[in-house]
Amino acid sequence: MAEEIGSPKIRGPKDPVKKGELVEIKSLIKHPMESGLRKDKATDALIPAHFIESVVVEYGGKQVLKAAWSGAVSKDPFFSFFVKAEATGPLKMTWKDNKGQTFEASTTITVA
Amino acid sequence: MVMDRKNAVTRRTFFRTAGVLGATVAAGGLLGFPLSQTQAEDAAAPAAVDMDGLIAKQMGPGAIAMEKVTLDIPATAENAALVRMPIVVDHPMEANNFIQSVALFIDNNPSPLVAQFELTPEAGKVSLEFRSRMAKTSKVRVVAKSNTGKLYGLVKEIQVAAGGCAG
Repeated sequence: MAEEIGSPKIRGPKDPVKKGELVEIKSLIKHPMESGLRKDKATDALIPAHFIESVVVEYGGKQVLKAAWSGAVSKDPFFSFFVKAEATGPLKMTWKDNKGQTFEASTTITVA
Repeated sequence: MVMDRKNAVTRRTFFRTAGVLGATVAAGGLLGFPLSQTQAEDAAAPAAVDMDGLIAKQMGPGAIAMEKVTLDIPATAENAALVRMPIVVDHPMEANNFIQSVALFIDNNPSPLVAQFELTPEAGKVSLEFRSRMAKTSKVRVVAKSNTGKLYGLVKEIQVAAGGCAG
């Protein structure tokens, strides 16, 4: 039973924003977020930990936010935050899980 | 004392211990009841985690001002596998005056540190949201640290509806 993993999505403002405006960014990624503490009901064996442990947000090439997560963050994690729109540029997010797999997605913030 | 079978405090060994302690205290001329009641509460509680120590380790030492932080969610979580955690810290995000770090802790989770965020002034404001699993009814704590090391916090008790699955 292969669980779907990845498909990272980011949603920022669709339309150009004013310089200095605070814009909300929403993100979603498919991931089992196994804490390592849960048992397989059929075999009673612990399911190995498999969760996203870091999320890095870069805007215009500069890191603006970083998250460190545990396995207690819910499955298929949603994450939203704000950035201050200073100039037109890419907003890139990188998710990394405890097995070293990384996922990337980006959107462009356009400052009118 | 017969305590050979296992270390776990069974109902029987608990009452035996409490009885002995109660007798000891009574012999000393004090009331045994309050002590044994405290013991009963301790026995029912989960393994105590040193939350103050954990918070100091993650966020640095110092007194936490219980202000500026909000977690606007209902006191009862309908789905323990998916509890919204919208964290807002009412604090400027300016070059020399900003929130540098925010962490969320759930006391009764097997591992209380759920998530920690490092921020920069470019975030503009602190308004983060994610979803968390809750193993059971618990205090949820949010602690925010400014770039000068000032700590702000909030504690909120969140009930987990019966039959909720922590996943």
